Amino acid sequence: MMNFDYVRPANVADAIAAASEKGAVYLASGTNLLDLMKGGVSRPSRLVDVTRLPGLDRIERLDDGGLRIGALVRNADLAHDAAFARDYPAIAEALLSGASAQLRNAATVGGNLMQRTRCGYFYDAASACNRRWPGAGCDALEGENRLHAVLGWSEGCIATHPSDFCVPLVALDAVVEIEGRSGRRELPLEALHRLPGDTPDRETALEPGDLIVALRLPAEAQGFAAHARYVKVRERTSYAFAVVSAAAALRIEDGKIREARLALGGVAAKPWRAHAAEQLLAGTAPDAAVYREAARATLAEARPSGDNAFKIELAQRIVVRALTLAAAGTPARIPALPGSPFSSVAGA
Amino acid sequence: MTPEINLTRDPAHLRHGSSIGQPLTRTDGVLKVTGKARYAADNHPPGMLYAVIATSCIARGRVKSLDVAAAKRHPGVVDVMTPAHKPELAEDPDAKGNPFAFRMELLQSDEVRYANQAIAVVIAETLEAATEGAALLSPRYQVEIARVGLDAGEPYAPPVVGIGNPAEVVHGEIDAGFAAASKLTDATYETPAQYHNAMEPHAIVAVWDGDKLFLDTPSQGMAIAQGRIGGLLGIPPGNIHINSPFLGGGFGSKGLVSGPQMLGIMAARLVGRPVNLVLRRSQMYGPVGHRASTRQRLRLGADDAGVLTVIDHHARITTSSFDDFYEPAADASHTLYASPAIRTAHEAVRVDTGTPLFMRAPGEATGSIALESAIDEMAFACGIDPLDFRLRNYAEVEPTTGKPFSSKALRQCYARGAERFGWARRPLAPRQMRDENGFLVGWGMGTATFPALMFQGNARAVIRADGSGVMESGAHDMGQGAWTALTQISADALGLDLGEITFRSGTSDLPDAGIAGGSAHTATVGAAIHNAGAAVIARLAELATPDERSPLFGAGNAGVVARQGRLHRRDDETRSESYAEILARAGLAEIDASGTGAADPAAQSHYAMHAHGAVFAEVKVDPELGQIRATRLVGAFAAGRIINPRLVQSQLFGGMIWGLSFALHEEAVMDHRSGRILNANLAEYHVPVNADVPPMDVITVDEHDPHVNALGIKGVGEIGITGSAGAVANAVWHATGIRVRRFPIRIEELVTGLS
Amino acid sequence: MNHSISLTINGVLREVALADPRVTLLDLLRERLDLTGTKKGCDRGQCGACTILVDGRRINSCLALALSHDGAEITTIEGVARGDQLHPVQAAFIAHDGFQCGFCTPGQIMSAIGLIEEGQAGDDPERVRECMSGNLCRCGAYSGITEAVLEAHANMTAAKQRRSA
Repeated sequence: MMNFDYVRPANVADAIAAASEKGAVYLASGTNLLDLMKGGVSRPSRLVDVTRLPGLDRIERLDDGGLRIGALVRNADLAHDAAFARDYPAIAEALLSGASAQLRNAATVGGNLMQRTRCGYFYDAASACNRRWPGAGCDALEGENRLHAVLGWSEGCIATHPSDFCVPLVALDAVVEIEGRSGRRELPLEALHRLPGDTPDRETALEPGDLIVALRLPAEAQGFAAHARYVKVRERTSYAFAVVSAAAALRIEDGKIREARLALGGVAAKPWRAHAAEQLLAGTAPDAAVYREAARATLAEARPSGDNAFKIELAQRIVVRALTLAAAGTPARIPALPGSPFSSVAGA
Repeated sequence: MTPEINLTRDPAHLRHGSSIGQPLTRTDGVLKVTGKARYAADNHPPGMLYAVIATSCIARGRVKSLDVAAAKRHPGVVDVMTPAHKPELAEDPDAKGNPFAFRMELLQSDEVRYANQAIAVVIAETLEAATEGAALLSPRYQVEIARVGLDAGEPYAPPVVGIGNPAEVVHGEIDAGFAAASKLTDATYETPAQYHNAMEPHAIVAVWDGDKLFLDTPSQGMAIAQGRIGGLLGIPPGNIHINSPFLGGGFGSKGLVSGPQMLGIMAARLVGRPVNLVLRRSQMYGPVGHRASTRQRLRLGADDAGVLTVIDHHARITTSSFDDFYEPAADASHTLYASPAIRTAHEAVRVDTGTPLFMRAPGEATGSIALESAIDEMAFACGIDPLDFRLRNYAEVEPTTGKPFSSKALRQCYARGAERFGWARRPLAPRQMRDENGFLVGWGMGTATFPALMFQGNARAVIRADGSGVMESGAHDMGQGAWTALTQISADALGLDLGEITFRSGTSDLPDAGIAGGSAHTATVGAAIHNAGAAVIARLAELATPDERSPLFGAGNAGVVARQGRLHRRDDETRSESYAEILARAGLAEIDASGTGAADPAAQSHYAMHAHGAVFAEVKVDPELGQIRATRLVGAFAAGRIINPRLVQSQLFGGMIWGLSFALHEEAVMDHRSGRILNANLAEYHVPVNADVPPMDVITVDEHDPHVNALGIKGVGEIGITGSAGAVANAVWHATGIRVRRFPIRIEELVTGLS
Repeated sequence: MNHSISLTINGVLREVALADPRVTLLDLLRERLDLTGTKKGCDRGQCGACTILVDGRRINSCLALALSHDGAEITTIEGVARGDQLHPVQAAFIAHDGFQCGFCTPGQIMSAIGLIEEGQAGDDPERVRECMSGNLCRCGAYSGITEAVLEAHANMTAAKQRRSA
């Protein structure tokens, strides 16, 4: 990897100043960044180490009933926080279905939001990739693309976003708090990641120097705790990225779905919120036929970007499964194999 | 220093009668759990530099330029080895001196023949500087179109497959076999390129002292490596001292010295300082061998009674554009099932990859998953239970040669494995079973087999004045447990308790133990140790029996038995004398003798020698999502004498997990345009993780084989893969009714098929 | 630029001068501090061979920039046994043959110690398998590894109860 300046700012303002220069990037735990640097995919000239910034490693209950999670909270600490897992079980399950225990111990909440795609052509520095090199082309389009996007892709990029964590977060209306050169602002998580369009290199809505300082969950998000699941299809039982995943959260009252939340992972360049399906589900009785209709609506616009038509079918089935499991009720404890279809049994 | 291991005080090391057969824990266990076991890259001689290979990102063409100046400008970079700047070699690395001298890329030209080939080596004071120096070389290429995949070119008939096997074998009348069949199956199976991916990347620490060379490097065959390295460098093999006490896994990829290891030696020569060179994980996908991809067509015929009339097994395999290794995939059909007509044939296609080489069960593994799938398909076509079908086609003699088996307890393997598994309750038709949660459940089986080979190896035995013993053999422990198993054999060979012997191994300065491959190391080195022990005991007896002062006087050589450090008269066990007493009277500090282990050509010409086994697998499949999980594996194996049941169980577990991996996980994904492997890592090249591995059960069936070798050992290193891969694949079919013939079984096949 | 950090490694405070900011904890331990028990299998957080404890938590040392861990407390495989007395996890790995080639073993053992400390898996074999899945073993010693972790957990729990009784 290229040599770099290493700076460890004492506060957020210094961090933003240090990171606003060209070639500068933030370093949190580095589980993704160092991997990219070792692969020659990312060659920053300055690392701004934010791991010691004060106050960003807390989980706070807000007066309005919401929850504020500092960007430096470690994935494992969040998932294993008993109150968090009780109130937001699908998020905890998604977190624990990702990566390995070691990586979850290191990786931060903010870093997870910023992780880059696992597209093999993005990682292969010799391949053409519009994300790495705008205008270079996309070698994935005619390449090995059985696991690539089926929603929201463009001719410029067919990569998917690899995060598990972001999938239930986006379903539950998480908000990102950002500090930048022009002060503090907020963004719905759904607006953080961008679809590729003509500018696949612009992966997020962040501007140079922008630092994610916290993630917020609104009070309503807790209302789904009794019926929330994350399901993830993988090519091995653990320690693998999703082929397709889904988070489903339902508020069920008097035998009716009052409100539904649904999002998919592994299908697009961003965690994919299924608004149409949510509207369709609201007010209905939990039922397989309705789930199938919701699944069809979610994938209505889907089209294969290559050798991956099966993902459209698979995504519909996982929507049905996630809704079925959510309706059956959140298990008392996160299953032994988080997110795995083989943990389908409630209480497993 | 000669590596040696003294036993720990673990109670499991107590000796109860003979050491052979005891389930001892590993003698190197404490070193390995404390981090004290020293692997090659753990050595840091003073003044050591770091060498990092720059690799090609094209698969075919030429390197037009390298920015050597940019690399050299990077602080800490000492030198850059390129085709224009490197030590002279005594031998062309592309010369074919013998069939085991595979061509390697030692910067002999600007030609690129596969992606990840070495094109330069950067040597620096630190690993970080060498790594970045390699990146700064920014090579420019003249690119030619890469040849990728099984249809990349005109297939041709290879001269031989594997190690000198004929590419085509015909036994009986093939046409008559088809004519006699009332049921025919015809199916084509594909297996992908796989990479060994030992946990320890190939590494070398090279130190020159004049024209002597000291190497720390993992090797499954130190003497062969000495010969190859000496030939390339023009120095006597005896000048090369290799230390390889522990290999962090080999699986065949460390059997022959590889190009990167040679580059480390050359770099040390170039800079005149010790050099460390360790491959990055991604760099292991190219220059250190792999399992070639195959496409296998199996046409089987059977009569109304479910008896095979013909097996026609044709394999297309890939090999490199510049060398010849041919995966003997179809040879699996030579020995497994009886049939009056058997034909195996191979054709090869040249592609722009590194040369494929031996990978755990080369040929046997690739052939096994195809043959076991085909047998399963034929059994179903005949309406016969797959175990019953295999029993109807049980080979009483080796089918293609007619030779009797030296031993074959496969029937007992079938019976005991099936009983343990509960196979009798299996419904014939697929998609009949569900678990309590609604998952599809399937049961499949496969027959395992692997030849019982012997190479040549040597050992030296010493009895010392205090009556203790030493056994020396430059054996290789890549995890199979050579340190432990050979120590056990040594104790028995010397008639001593385990605590009274020292076993030295793991360096080329000791007697050549041959290659650790072909599941033959314990058998080969064990026989050498056995013979060395017998020879040194005979020397002791020669000292004692002619001596009137000895209680053994007059017993003659054949009339004594060695036990617990004493020689006893066979005809009167009360008359005995300790080793120490014998040596003291003779005024000797020690005596020694050597022994050799090798195949017995007479026995080999009379008998077919194989280990056998039966593997039973249960899988569960999500009926909508198609995700698969193996939930139970039972293997019953007959592999001759078991030296250490604990280690043998571990070896067989490991092999069975490789089989599971073959069926469900492993695959190198190559871009068909660039020839680059897109998953040259451990995140997306999937090997099983802990959660993939189901409860497993291994049964070893007693087998006494007087023909294979003096100790009756058949070897267990590779057989576990065979049978297992097919068993898992067949279980997936039994769960779903979907026959997937392309491995690993991908989720889309099941998603599309399950509706 | 020269950086200086302090690390407490296996109980010993060490001042480390780093001329190069690129050094990972793994390369620091192996190449500069002669602590080679920790292994490099992939260098990309994909195999777990480099697992160490940092401030009591298991992490992949290959993806940890040394500079970023100034002041950390580090435990490696070399710091686990007390003299000749093996840690219960080490002893259990030997007893259950939880390794073959031994290369992934330091990482497996550090991961197991971290797991037992986390207290998430308890005596549930399925949870142990899942929580040990960040440590690849190409030899396939997983059955023994799982048994070893379960036994060590049981032994350590029993010892803790005896101490508190």
